[in-house]
Amino acid sequence: MIPELGHFALILALAVAVVQATLPLVGASRGDVRLMMLGRTAALTQAFLVVLAFGALTQCYVTSDFSVANVVANSHSAKPLIYKISGVWGNHEGSMLLWALILSLFGAAVAIFGDNLPDSLRSRVLSVQAAIGIGFLAFLLFTSNPFERLSPVPLDGNGLNPLLQDPGLAFHPPILYLGYVGLSVTFSFAIAALLEGRVDPAWARWVRPWTLAAWCFLTLGIALGSWWAYYILGWGGFWFWDPVENASLMPWLAATALLHSAIVVEKRDALKSWTVLLAILAFSLSLLGTFLVRSGVLTSVHAFAQDPARGLFILCFLLGVTGGGLALYAWRAPTLQPGGLFQPISREGALILNNLLLCTLAATVLLGTLYPLFLDLVTGNKVSVGPPFFNATFVPICAPLFAALAVGPFLGWKRAEIGPALLRLRIAFAVSIVAAIVAAVAIDGRATLAALAFGFGVWLIMASLSEFVGRVRRGRLSTMPRAAIGMTISHAALGVVVLGCVGTGAWNTELIRTVKAGERISFLGYELTLDKVEALRGANYIADRATLSVTVGGKPYTTLTPERRMFITPRRQVAETSIHTNLLRDLYATLGEGDATQGWVIRLYLNPLAPWIWLGAAMCAFGGFVSLSDRRLRIGAPRRTRPMAQPAE
Amino acid sequence: MTSNRLLFLLPLATLVVMAGFFGWSLLSGRDPAAIGSAMVGKPAPRLEAPSLRAGEPALDTALLKSGKPVLVNFFASWCTPCLAEHPLLLRLKERDGVAIVGVAWKNKPEEARASLAKLGDPFTRAGFDLDGKLAVDWGLSGVPETYLIDANGIVRLHFRAPIGPRELSQILALVKAGS
Amino acid sequence: MLLLLALFTWPAFAVEPREMLTDPALEARAREIGRTLRCVVCQNQAIDDSSAEVAHDMRRAVRERLVAGDSDAAVYEFMVARYGDYVLLKPPFKAGTLLLWLGGPLVLLIAGAALLVAARRRRAVPIPATEPLSAEEQRRLDALLGR
Repeated sequence: MIPELGHFALILALAVAVVQATLPLVGASRGDVRLMMLGRTAALTQAFLVVLAFGALTQCYVTSDFSVANVVANSHSAKPLIYKISGVWGNHEGSMLLWALILSLFGAAVAIFGDNLPDSLRSRVLSVQAAIGIGFLAFLLFTSNPFERLSPVPLDGNGLNPLLQDPGLAFHPPILYLGYVGLSVTFSFAIAALLEGRVDPAWARWVRPWTLAAWCFLTLGIALGSWWAYYILGWGGFWFWDPVENASLMPWLAATALLHSAIVVEKRDALKSWTVLLAILAFSLSLLGTFLVRSGVLTSVHAFAQDPARGLFILCFLLGVTGGGLALYAWRAPTLQPGGLFQPISREGALILNNLLLCTLAATVLLGTLYPLFLDLVTGNKVSVGPPFFNATFVPICAPLFAALAVGPFLGWKRAEIGPALLRLRIAFAVSIVAAIVAAVAIDGRATLAALAFGFGVWLIMASLSEFVGRVRRGRLSTMPRAAIGMTISHAALGVVVLGCVGTGAWNTELIRTVKAGERISFLGYELTLDKVEALRGANYIADRATLSVTVGGKPYTTLTPERRMFITPRRQVAETSIHTNLLRDLYATLGEGDATQGWVIRLYLNPLAPWIWLGAAMCAFGGFVSLSDRRLRIGAPRRTRPMAQPAE
Repeated sequence: MTSNRLLFLLPLATLVVMAGFFGWSLLSGRDPAAIGSAMVGKPAPRLEAPSLRAGEPALDTALLKSGKPVLVNFFASWCTPCLAEHPLLLRLKERDGVAIVGVAWKNKPEEARASLAKLGDPFTRAGFDLDGKLAVDWGLSGVPETYLIDANGIVRLHFRAPIGPRELSQILALVKAGS
Repeated sequence: MLLLLALFTWPAFAVEPREMLTDPALEARAREIGRTLRCVVCQNQAIDDSSAEVAHDMRRAVRERLVAGDSDAAVYEFMVARYGDYVLLKPPFKAGTLLLWLGGPLVLLIAGAALLVAARRRRAVPIPATEPLSAEEQRRLDALLGR
């Protein structure tokens, strides 16, 4: 009964989406208020129906209803409750339903919080949002129905991929999707603006909080995925340039560029058609990622079960949404009036440079991800594009980006002098140079790219601090907009991430050793003793757990307990790493093959600054939320009279 | 103004080109996991392995220079897909008289022998590569994989999957042309 | 090949103590190479990070070549001769990969040049020190913001 209810709710949601995608649009062009108001009701109804469907599927998972094929394929009665719930989106159909859910919730949010929007703009945004919704709901209903029944009903399910049975990964998809799908609102705003033929500072101000929210979630989602990879894959890496990771990085880069170019539209009424293009591209790259992961055109570590029929459907959908958007862009964007003029050396100029570099980064990732496919189709030659390629092409472009990022906030709008800005950065510059030299001499023993990158990380932090201190000195703290505080936090956070990446990537130490019980290992000043390896039994796995007691200078320091788990359904072995962190470095241990007589393979890592990668990313997203709180104040109280001009930041 | 308009069409054009590639990939049935072969068109690598059969000399690279095409098949008794192609190998030997050299990969010789005794032995000569060292020389990624070496000792075909009817006709066409 | 995937206990151990070389310098080179060679049955994993059988065999082959006195370049050549360019996680720079390697820099150059040209053209137009909103603009903005 409940699966049918969910299925029925989905069908109704599709019908409502069709109404929402058409009538308000007609209303907006005719100026018919009743039709326009329909958009709001439809958006709320659609969201309610999709929530109902999602609730129904969740209910099937929680009660282990094995008459539903999707539950059988991805769940098991012996699974802990949290993984029964996360199992809902741990598969293709359920994750698509989560997409549709978040999409409709964002639509409802626009309907609820869009009071300050002109009726016509809001109606158009909601219609575009519903048009995207139609695609996803139809995709679910016609190719990936999560409510399909199974007969005869099996006794138990096949279980969830053990790698996904992890708290980090359980909540990774919802957060990441909040980012991916949040960009749909930005896209809808861009299309609505093109339909209206009007892009102005007010538009930029309306679209910014949505972009910012999506960007924050995307940042958190990517960081969570990377953190998961770090502690579960068992060899201490945190970013693998896998197509799935690249698929999340590309929209992030585009959204980051968009956040910055939208500022120019908002403050200076310039870069309008470019900003609209970025808004379209950011969401298109989200869709592209979905296509790449689910269509089977590329192989990836984390890909879902792939199916060419589904691939064709998403491809057509991608073409419809993105192609439609870009065609509208090609038609309408040339009519947008170019706005305020500025000199190359100015805040605008710096933001354009930021956009240029961020887009080059996105293009590099896109090319690297798709090139094997292109080359194979055209010439039949197989190549691999992996981490060494991206390290050689992506990282060098980051250098000018980081250099400019620090200077940009010191430049005034319209025209500025580079000299005074650099003068104010002299302390930051000196500190970074010293940091790079110290890193080169003390850690690497010679000048290396890692030391240079370390200097860049320090540069980002110091420059952000300098800018902040400068403001405080000028007594602007009390009037400082939250957006500016957010910017300082996020920019500095990027520096923290860079330091973490350099420390973990370049300065980690590894030890692989076969150890018998009672044996002792010396590792960079830590003395580790393998006390015992015992067999354990979990809810749905059996495991070997090693106990490694760690002493420093003869004093007990900590105990590491890496495990090797063998899941029963499906049969799979997973390494459960054990990490001791003091926020400056991680002591990381994994347990490998072995037995009591031969000894056990132990892998140890010391990863300097590793926690900073994720702390930095969280801080980066936090900066975004701080900035968002500023916007909400402004957007939420639109009727209050405020001085128009923003203080030059 | 026209050039400006064209500039605005650029994103759409890029998308269409990309989508074209994706459509091509999906419709052509391209296997994204296929890794291709670097062996085809090159002289066959060394083929030195202890014999699987008692009383027979070890496999020798000279086997590939008999003046006739030879099929080299890597297999294992633990490999399920190998079972699927086994009847076709038997057919190639018995009906078409193709010389097949079998190499048991990462397979204990007694287990490989037992499996061949049960299923029938399609091999003219058979050896084993217990530690997989020979396999690396052949650019092997797993089992089953099959190579067709022509009369001049050049690799002509390399299949990284079980042989099916399509592969069978490719093999037969080349064998007939070569002998 | 199919069964290998089933046997493939992922992610267990990659480089194991018993396969490591005693000479630390050679072992370090082997690790460096192992990080840039792709495990041919895995998905975007280096042989050093993979527990697949064939990855183990390839790691061993790398070490054998190094012990035999091969240079790093010779080891890469050895692997490419057997597994093709596919085995390199960093694709070689040649005709077929020209666009891959130069695509990013090309985007940067072309877009950068276009921006510079546009900026030069614009410089011909003097920029007024301030551009106050016209009364009409102010009214429009107020209306849009619902004030």
